[in-house]
Amino acid sequence: MADLSTDFVGIKSPNPFWLASAPPTDKEYNVRRAFEAGWGGVVWKTLGEDGPPVVNVNGPRYGAVYGADRRLLGLNNIELITDRPLEVNLREITTVKRDYPDRAMIVSLMVPCEEEAWKRILPRVEQTGADGIELNFGCPHGMAERGMGSAVGQVPEYIEMVTRWCKQTTRMPVIVKLTPNITDIRHPAEAALRGGADAVSLINTINSITSVDLDAMSPEPMIDGKGTHGGYCGPAVKPIALNMVAEIARNATTAKLPISAIGGVTTWRDAAEFMALGAGSVQVCTAVMTYGFRIVEEMISGLSDWMDDKGYAGVDQIIGRAVPNVTDWQFLNLNYITKAEIDQEACIKCGRCYAACEDTSHQAIAMSADRVFSVKDEECVACNLCVDVCPIEGCISMRELQPGEVDPRTGKTVEKDYANWTTHPNNPGNTCAAE
Amino acid sequence: MPNSPMTPGIVPERLPEQAVTDNFSDLHAPFDRHEAAVAADRCYFCHDAPCQTACPTDIDIPMFIREIQTGAVEAAARTILGQNILGGMCARVCPTETLCEEVCVREAAEGAPVEIGRLQRFATDHLMDSNAHPFARAQSTGKRIAVVGAGPAGLSCAHRLALKGHEVTIFDNRSKPGGLNEFGIAAYKTTNDFAAREVAWLLQIGGITVENGKSIGDGLSLAALQNDFDAVFLGVGLAGVNALGLAGEDMEGVQNAVDFIADLRQAPDLRKLAIGRDVVVIGGGMTAIDAAVQARLLGALNVSLVYRRGRDRMAASPYEQDLAASKGVHIVTNARPARIIGEAGRLVAVEFEYTTEVDGRLAGTGEFFRLKADQLFKAIGQKLADTPDGPVIADGKIRVSGAGRTSVSGVWAGGDCASGGDDLTVTAVAEGRDAAEDIHATLMA
Ligand SMILES: Cc1cc2nc3c(=O)[nH]c(=O)nc-3n(C[C@H](O)[C@H](O)[C@H](O)COP(=O)(O)OP(=O)(O)OC[C@H]3O[C@@H](n4cnc5c(N)ncnc54)[C@H](O)[C@@H]3O)c2cc1C
Ligand SMILES: Cc1cc2nc3c(=O)[nH]c(=O)nc-3n(C[C@H](O)[C@H](O)[C@H](O)COP(=O)(O)O)c2cc1C
Ligand code: SF4
Repeated sequence: MADLSTDFVGIKSPNPFWLASAPPTDKEYNVRRAFEAGWGGVVWKTLGEDGPPVVNVNGPRYGAVYGADRRLLGLNNIELITDRPLEVNLREITTVKRDYPDRAMIVSLMVPCEEEAWKRILPRVEQTGADGIELNFGCPHGMAERGMGSAVGQVPEYIEMVTRWCKQTTRMPVIVKLTPNITDIRHPAEAALRGGADAVSLINTINSITSVDLDAMSPEPMIDGKGTHGGYCGPAVKPIALNMVAEIARNATTAKLPISAIGGVTTWRDAAEFMALGAGSVQVCTAVMTYGFRIVEEMISGLSDWMDDKGYAGVDQIIGRAVPNVTDWQFLNLNYITKAEIDQEACIKCGRCYAACEDTSHQAIAMSADRVFSVKDEECVACNLCVDVCPIEGCISMRELQPGEVDPRTGKTVEKDYANWTTHPNNPGNTCAAE
Repeated sequence: MPNSPMTPGIVPERLPEQAVTDNFSDLHAPFDRHEAAVAADRCYFCHDAPCQTACPTDIDIPMFIREIQTGAVEAAARTILGQNILGGMCARVCPTETLCEEVCVREAAEGAPVEIGRLQRFATDHLMDSNAHPFARAQSTGKRIAVVGAGPAGLSCAHRLALKGHEVTIFDNRSKPGGLNEFGIAAYKTTNDFAAREVAWLLQIGGITVENGKSIGDGLSLAALQNDFDAVFLGVGLAGVNALGLAGEDMEGVQNAVDFIADLRQAPDLRKLAIGRDVVVIGGGMTAIDAAVQARLLGALNVSLVYRRGRDRMAASPYEQDLAASKGVHIVTNARPARIIGEAGRLVAVEFEYTTEVDGRLAGTGEFFRLKADQLFKAIGQKLADTPDGPVIADGKIRVSGAGRTSVSGVWAGGDCASGGDDLTVTAVAEGRDAAEDIHATLMA
């Protein structure tokens, strides 16, 4: 069996699956049960300053987006940081870490943007025996209005400053959690690096309104007839998170900065994808809030079976493996030509590919009177839409034309050499071609 | 001692009250909201969907299911009822396993179609429960049309004509409108007096007068109708019944299956309906199955359904055959009735001869057997009863061309009495509707 044990900036855990800082990690009872279920580590629900804790709303705090059969695809929340007293959390962290020394225990923190505030709390966290801290610069609601969370995460200078304070005060590894509510994720990541961060984690939730109650005319979740924007997470945000992770991993400045990936991780496969794009560990929230702690069993068995299949002995062999293949559009091979092909045996004749291609794409699918669907190679631009809308996996595939074959659409012979946009004659910026 | 399934003869109250209530409750329970949502989510919204093509009334099935998915259930009902005003009944009685659901692409993919019939019922029940009628009549045209027969064909035709602004009078020889919806369909397919409720709901459109107890040929003539009205539609169904052609058919205990079913459908208390201990049903279609199943549900001890050819030749679908078998009906095939045997004028047994098919032609094998019987139901087909003079009859049906045009100008026909079609509720609805459109186009030309 593949070795899933993980060493992330010196923080060790038996597997790369951590619970993200959120309700699942808000108290001892939960975290003990999570560890019993097999989770490799947790990032404890964000702690605030000593003193009276924040208060949450007393009405609904989540909004949901569903797929077929009410499968939860996206969740949004207006919850704040922990609303339990600081000393209670610190005491619980201490006893849980003592009882589970092999698991990663990271403490998430968010205190006001003043050096003294950070200096006050860090020694107390250190005393718990925790393995590291995560700076929550991501929360897009509630805390941001008080100058914390994403209000800090959206200003690279603040990120750098607070990270530096922390690095100067504590020996614990510092992970900076980034907000996706920015235009270019590389800027905050670089700021964290400049401040001395050991790693970044991302993404926090995305600012959102999930739905509107059309009777009450209020956003949901609705509190006494009103709603507010909240943080979006769950399977729906995974593509956004994957891209942001990849952007940091392939950016020269931040290429070596370790990443703990978060955002829609629901299965072992999601985790493997994030790891392939450079993540050294993954964090999960919505999936456990939907299905409970036990899903980690599937994540462990799935990841290790896949690694065994592929001959990967340890997680180091998969981390970042796909990063060299993330490129810019202009470098994609324009001589790579494919055509959609429909497996008539597998086809159930729903005609979705036809509607999609005929109405919205390239009129490249023919439909016979007896509902046989076939691709017109002379029209097919290989966009792949038919594959995406077909309900039967594997029914439509993309066949690669071999060098020497003629593409019936363009009448041109497929060339075997790689050629991209930078050298394409239609590219006005391509001075070579013009000369 | 109270009666039981063992009690000899034709007697009432074989089963306790609760058993009868349970037996005649909905064959397919209605979907609740959650079940409907789960079922609707399975629809792929196919292009030029095979289910819609298979529906004789051409309901836009993917569209109404999408409307259910999005919570617009009334809109879904309008999508259905706009094509098929008896969409509520059809949702209950259509043999979907040989219509829309048979061709559902998920049948091909997983062997389990989207449950179109039950979704259709969900939508139509939702609308009808509010007792709202979603259609309004066009401005009056001043045209008057006579519809003969208040079955699915006649009702569908009348509704479409009323919608177009015509004045319609329906004449029907029975005590109540509805045709076989009211007097024929199995009770467990149309519970809680649905047939009557549906007719009342349909008539809310206005402009339709129903005259019951009026029979063409008996006090009412086609010629008079042609004279008094701008057009006539005949939807008289198949009121005649085929006979076995054996001696003793009028013996006590021998009955037409359709008459038994009509009595059953009109019985105020099913428990009080008498049924034999040993019941034999002869036939292989829907009527035979329904008679046999309902005999069992009333508490008959032994029910045998005897069909003269092989199972694959039965008009009842495999689904219906399985239903009968699951209710304990004993299906005997390749046997034809040879003799009705009575004692003191009362039925005691039926003798059958085994058959084979030689080059498609039925032949007796010379081997005989007897089934004990205190009750025999004949279900070997309905036929056109006496029809008014005028329209040409061909192969036992009123010959029609196009949208129900008979050989007589100004007279249309549709449903079971007319040529073409499948003798199903849904085809009757389609034919009534299409004839109405043709009548409208003709009158307004
Ligand atoms: C027992 C049984 C079970 C069935 N089960 C199903 C089923 O589950 N699903 C399905 O799709 N189909 C079923 N059918 C078939 C379906 O009921 C018919 O196809 C459908 O009712 C035909 O409609 P119609 O309007 O043509 O005729 P009918 O429903 O027969 O209506 C004709 C009407 O005209 C009246 N009438 C007749 N003669 C005259 C006259 N001379 N003057 C005035 N009025 C007259 C009749 O009394 C009747 O009310 C079943 C049929 C039977 C007999
Ligand atoms: C294949 C594809 C190409 C698109 N191209 C453009 C574009 O050229 N310009 C633009 O403004 N938006 C473009 N969009 C974005 C859409 O206009 C729209 O904003 C987006 O898809 C979100 O809407 P929807 O998810 O509800 O469809 C494109 C979307 C898709 C799926
Ligand atoms: S790949 Fe695109 S263009 Fe080609 S057949 Fe499929 S949908 Fe049409």
